[in-house]
Amino acid sequence: MEKSAKGFPTSHVIGFLFSLILTFVAAGVALKTSLSFTVIMWIIGSLAVIQAGLQLFMFMHMTEGEDGKTNIINIAYAVFVAVVIVLGTIWVLTSGHAAH
Amino acid sequence: MGIKWDEFFITGDPLILGAQISIALTMIGIVFGLTYLKKWNWLWTEWITTVDHKRIGIMYIISAVLMFFRGGVDGLLMKAQTSRPEMEFLSSQHYNEIFTTHGVIMILFMAMPFLIGLMNVVVPLQIGARDVAFPQLNALSFWLFFSGAMLFNISFVIGGSPDAGWTSYFPLAGKEFSPSIANNYYAIALQIAGIGTLMTGINFIVTILKMRTKGMTLMRMPMFTWTTLITSVIIIAAFPIFTVALALMTFDRLFGTHFFTVSGGGMDMLWANLFWLWGHPEVYIVALPAFGIFSEVIATFSRKSLFGYKSMVYAIVGIALLSMLVWVHHFYTMGSGPAVNSFFSITTMLIAVPTGIKMFNWLFTMRKGRIKMTTAMLWSLAFVPCFTIGGVTGVMLAMGAADYQYHNTLFLVAHFHYVLIPGVVFAVFAGLYYWWPKMFGHLLNEKLGKWHFWLFVIGFNVTFMPMFFLGLSGAARRTYTFSAESGFAPLFLLSAMGSIVLAAGFAVFCYNIYWSLRYADRNISSDPWDARTLEWATATPVQHYNFAKLPEVKSLDAFWFMKKNNEGLTLKDSEIEEIHMPSNSGQPFIMCVLFGISGFFLVFEWSIAAAVAALGIFAGLIYRSFDYNDGYHIPVDEVRETELSWRNKKGEAHKHVS
Amino acid sequence: MSANVNTSLPLEYQSGQSRMNILGFWIFLGAEIALFATLFGVYAVLSGRYAGGPTHQDIIMIREVMIQTILLLTSSFTCGLAIFEMRRGNKNELIMWLVITLLLGAGFLYMEINEFIHYVHIGASMQTSAFLSSLFVLLGTHGAHVTFGIGWAILVIIQLIKRGLTSVTARKVFIIGLYWHFLDVVWIFIFTFVYLKGLVL
Repeated sequence: MEKSAKGFPTSHVIGFLFSLILTFVAAGVALKTSLSFTVIMWIIGSLAVIQAGLQLFMFMHMTEGEDGKTNIINIAYAVFVAVVIVLGTIWVLTSGHAAH
Repeated sequence: MGIKWDEFFITGDPLILGAQISIALTMIGIVFGLTYLKKWNWLWTEWITTVDHKRIGIMYIISAVLMFFRGGVDGLLMKAQTSRPEMEFLSSQHYNEIFTTHGVIMILFMAMPFLIGLMNVVVPLQIGARDVAFPQLNALSFWLFFSGAMLFNISFVIGGSPDAGWTSYFPLAGKEFSPSIANNYYAIALQIAGIGTLMTGINFIVTILKMRTKGMTLMRMPMFTWTTLITSVIIIAAFPIFTVALALMTFDRLFGTHFFTVSGGGMDMLWANLFWLWGHPEVYIVALPAFGIFSEVIATFSRKSLFGYKSMVYAIVGIALLSMLVWVHHFYTMGSGPAVNSFFSITTMLIAVPTGIKMFNWLFTMRKGRIKMTTAMLWSLAFVPCFTIGGVTGVMLAMGAADYQYHNTLFLVAHFHYVLIPGVVFAVFAGLYYWWPKMFGHLLNEKLGKWHFWLFVIGFNVTFMPMFFLGLSGAARRTYTFSAESGFAPLFLLSAMGSIVLAAGFAVFCYNIYWSLRYADRNISSDPWDARTLEWATATPVQHYNFAKLPEVKSLDAFWFMKKNNEGLTLKDSEIEEIHMPSNSGQPFIMCVLFGISGFFLVFEWSIAAAVAALGIFAGLIYRSFDYNDGYHIPVDEVRETELSWRNKKGEAHKHVS
Repeated sequence: MSANVNTSLPLEYQSGQSRMNILGFWIFLGAEIALFATLFGVYAVLSGRYAGGPTHQDIIMIREVMIQTILLLTSSFTCGLAIFEMRRGNKNELIMWLVITLLLGAGFLYMEINEFIHYVHIGASMQTSAFLSSLFVLLGTHGAHVTFGIGWAILVIIQLIKRGLTSVTARKVFIIGLYWHFLDVVWIFIFTFVYLKGLVL
């Protein structure tokens, strides 16, 4: 739980700066470097995941309160489902005869 | 744009004309009856505006029984059409429409609301709560389901029934090959009902996680509550996928996009992929609560605690994860290649393992139990062998290579009826016989119940067993007729005769409801089955605040031990307090009407009118945001009076001491 | 139900009903994750299917996209500040930061609508190809969420002004804060996997 008397929103400012930096680094890697497509996608994909985590923990305070644990399980399950949906759909529909 | 009035009502088919006339007569009859008996006010204040989870549950169940009738008639029409070779009872188009609506109605408007209805009635009682977490949202869920169900059901008299199968595969379901508005009903009615289901899922997760009574840890929850929790979790994961798929279908059909079309780079199998990404978890959404019902019934009537409670919990949690990983087994023949098909073969066979664990748990629960052969227990007993046949043929179908032989034959149709009828229909019947007194204060007639049981189970087996053999000899599903030379005629005829017995069973069930409502003994105790869980620890029928004093739980099968140790059964005057309850609201019903109107215009591709009606929906949301109604309190005197009226009766375990 | 009050917690968590609403909203966000994941999956499969129409490189305006991104990131930050002020009990600062958040959100929305108009203007409409269908629906769903969020937040601000900072209004502000941050998370993935990926190709 955050202390309500604190005068300066340090964690918010840090989170904000980080999100700006991550955004510009991702844009820089994607647009200004000549790395291979796969490498670039891994880098900017990871940066996106880090930034999403930043929002969840630093801005949304996912773990606070009596249901913090439930929230973590909930989001972890949702992420599992999201990964299955996205990667599963790509895999199933771009291999074998399905690709045509 | 706009409605073509000359095509508004379906004309030219005597069957449909008969249906139109009977619908009109029924509606006039209902309106006349309500006016004559001066029941409009009662209907509005006691039912339509209610936020009481038990009444909402009853409304779900009534809708489900009506939909069972509608879907059952569809099934009988199909069986009549295929009873002889080259029959000309239904046209091919009419047959297409009927197998489509049969599938949609039975899964989405019969199985789902029946189970959600039982969940509504039972789960808050089982966890010792006075209502669900969000009572008004619960009412909204029901009314959205109802809105979607009614919108879907008017299709066959207004505008035309969807005819592309309950799976509505593209490209057939697209504008190019199904140019009429009929398939819009599918996309839009299911969308509205689906939103309601999603909210039910959220509601039950929060209810179960946050509103359990003192002492009820997760591992002391009754099995039906566990399965409801996990079902709700799967709903949260799966229904958004369906929401998107249906929305994309709507876009393709109404606004000319290219998601699933053949032209413009669209991908028809993307629909199949999304449909089954939702559709397979959906099977578990309906199967898990059914397993929960069997667990309660078997434990009660074997007079033993459920065997392997912990392994049961792990099994259903495992199913929640695995159920998201098997969807491709519905379209192996798409040809995604050996890697994909092998992967999904293995996951599909894996998911049979937790289900097998449950089977053995139920059998061991019965072992050495003093079994009481009530109707509810009979359904549970019949479930075991029938469902096993469905499960084993499922493992046959799970093998990708073999599936190329079975795919789209009646073997598959027989398989999923052997899964869904024992796995869901037997369960809701068992649940209904078991929990009926909690809703209405009397039992269903056991003798009629046994007629219902035997006719239904025999009819079911005679109807669907021949389909395995028909399918193996090459009879394709969804074909409206067959030639005499095919040699299919004897088994098709047998199957059709079975369906008549099945229907007779259902008729006995309806008669049983009527008979019991009129004649059954009202003077029964609050615990007629000598049961084990908390829903039996209060009055029968349940008073609207559920519990005067919230029970305290010390173990699994809490009520059983309360009776055994004779603690927590009495209520002292000093323990009676004011009870806070949520207020009724007409808003959910108004939202149902608005969604229905908006959806209806959208079906007829009249976007502007739909948008205007949607403004009403937003107005409803804004109104709700400013609604600070905080409920009301039931005074102590009223609670005391209610409690006195059912405690201290002869044969009643509960006592009121002052 | 409304009993079970714990005044040692922040205002938005004090009543039992509020704690249930907040948990319920988190679970709703879980459903939203599945919803957007489906749209991303559809986009991933269809994004190479131009059907002879315009490609990513033909239509994406990266300068505008960067501005949109910064607007939304900043609005997420100011929304966080609003919650921060709420926990310190400063109603006026809370409303101020909420209004700033909404203005930033409206700016984002204005740019997105212009982007759509521009696309259609250069012959890239929703009906052109599977790629554009999936692009418009993915972006449009996010944009519709932002629009809905702005309307909703205005309702909450009105209630804050009328009723002051109570456990109910605090809970409403907190929930819309969660919603707003979540839309930012979705945007991060759109930015990465639609715009940046589209330009790398």
